[in-house]
Amino acid sequence: MDRFRMIFQYFQSNSESVMNGICGLLALASVKMYTSFDFSCPCLPQYNMAYGLGIMFVPPIILFLCGLILNRQSLVMLEEWRRPQGRRKKDLAVIRYMCSSIMQRAMVAPVVWIIVTLLDGKCLICAFSGSMDPGKFVGFANVSTVQVQQLLAKVPCKDDELMRNNTSRKAVSRYLRCWSQALGWSILLILIIAAFLARWLRPCFNQATLLQARHWSNYIDIEQKIFEETCCEHSRLFAHKCILHFFESMRQEIKLHSFSLPREGEGAEGEEDLLRGITDQDQVNKLLKTWYYEKPPLDVS
Amino acid sequence: MDKFRMIFQFFQSNQESFMNGICGIMALASTQMYSAFDFNCPCLPHYNLAYGLGILLVPPFILFLLGFVLNNNVSMLAEEWRRPQGQRGKDPAVLRYMFCSMAQRAMIAPAVWVSVTLLDGKCITCAFCTSVPVETLGNTSHPHFSEGEIERVLARIPCKEIYNGQQLIANEVAVRYLRCISQALGWCFVLLVTMLAFLVRSLRPCFSQAAFLKSRYWSHYIDIERKLFDETCAEHARSFAKVCIQQFFEGMSTDLVAARCHLPRKAPADAGEAAEKLLGITDRGTMNMALKSWHRCKPPLHLHAPALPTGNGWAGEGQPRTHPSAPQRERAAYYSWV
Repeated sequence: MDRFRMIFQYFQSNSESVMNGICGLLALASVKMYTSFDFSCPCLPQYNMAYGLGIMFVPPIILFLCGLILNRQSLVMLEEWRRPQGRRKKDLAVIRYMCSSIMQRAMVAPVVWIIVTLLDGKCLICAFSGSMDPGKFVGFANVSTVQVQQLLAKVPCKDDELMRNNTSRKAVSRYLRCWSQALGWSILLILIIAAFLARWLRPCFNQATLLQARHWSNYIDIEQKIFEETCCEHSRLFAHKCILHFFESMRQEIKLHSFSLPREGEGAEGEEDLLRGITDQDQVNKLLKTWYYEKPPLDVS
Repeated sequence: MDKFRMIFQFFQSNQESFMNGICGIMALASTQMYSAFDFNCPCLPHYNLAYGLGILLVPPFILFLLGFVLNNNVSMLAEEWRRPQGQRGKDPAVLRYMFCSMAQRAMIAPAVWVSVTLLDGKCITCAFCTSVPVETLGNTSHPHFSEGEIERVLARIPCKEIYNGQQLIANEVAVRYLRCISQALGWCFVLLVTMLAFLVRSLRPCFSQAAFLKSRYWSHYIDIERKLFDETCAEHARSFAKVCIQQFFEGMSTDLVAARCHLPRKAPADAGEAAEKLLGITDRGTMNMALKSWHRCKPPLHLHAPALPTGNGWAGEGQPRTHPSAPQRERAAYYSWV
């Protein structure tokens, strides 16, 4: 019984920390992915915006979905939501609690990606360099409209032959990067304040309901884990019995066919038991062949 | 038995995490393989496409097959699929479950290779450099190149050192364009795969949860049963060998006593276990003869009733049993029926 208790305590304490760990790992993976990704703006008028905004928003969706997939609790919540009522009522507050905690954890990695992208600046420079007002920058002020679009689109590419030492390019780049970083820091500040307020003000609203929801969501999680553990235990015992029955039936068959008197050997009793009446090369071969060609029925009554 | 229980709990609880670990290792190996691979575009008109698409598609296929090879459960699935029905019916749902879970794990490393290849961009740049839209990106008003020449020039885009079409289309412009397309394809591919995985995982509880629980239980059962059977057979083989060897030594000792016509020495009552373990062999010559006999003439795989080692007669056991099914050809020459 104390083995069960140890397992209980392990699952109880570690379910939340396992999920937090996965959340943290995904956030680190998102930073690593951004740094190893070779950002390469196409520097063409129609493509820049699509590429820049695509790099800013598509990986967060992927990271969000990964966060949902890797979280075991999302499956538990779905099962609880979709199960037939049966003899146990469903508590929507519990399901809502589980859903919100899953969503919060899954949103961390996408937010990290967006903030890192904004603080770095390359995406915004690529996406919005074509939308700048050329009149504000000396180098682009007196150029024809078509040409100015082409030039502005080439701003993110430092090594392009037209843009190599262009001071207006640097001015546009600095301007956009400044906006990008300001946006990034603002978003970070707003999110931290929101998290702070949520954590501090939560006890003021509905604390009892929250405690109940948290307790029952933990309960559902643990119940499922224990059910799986019990099924494994059961299948192990079932297999053990099935194999013993099989050996016993082989022993009976051999006794029927070999006309030998039952032995009452006194020496090596333990070994005799383990041999289960199979004491001959042919008998062993027959046993193995029967195991393959005619597996015993799944019935140990 | 509790040793069994510990071992099987270890296998059961760690089976899934073991397979996930192998899956993760293969994904890492696939990225490592890609970075270690020296991509070398041929820069010739028709070879580029074949090389680029080959590098994009052939290694994933190899990694997929490798995923199946490294999975221990493949042989279990094959065995369950091909076994005769006998007294136990076959459940196709269980087979489908086992196959799906193996295929899902095997698809991760190929998907990682394809994503890394597309996000890096070299393959697509090599494969599709001849299809770059020169009208929009470069200037087609150049009269010096014919169709074939244009194609040859464009094919050299990935090889910067030999590129000679700077007037036709700038190398950086073409490379940036192709890489942008490649990365867009890469992110779309990753998004698609992730969405598919998410749908598969989240739609299952909505539709077939009971059938899923059943299939999962029986597939675990088949795995455990196979392992337990192997363990039981190993245990049986151990006991078989022990009794066989014991009977060999007893037989040797009886023979030697009979051959030398010695009166059997009764071991003193207080000699204890050590004397018993000597199995009647107490001098160098006898031991050497036992070893030689073990090498030249191993005993038959046929255990008989245990006989007492002293020559004073049987303790009422009766004759050793004859089994009609025992193969006569394996009887040892020295065995004597007393």
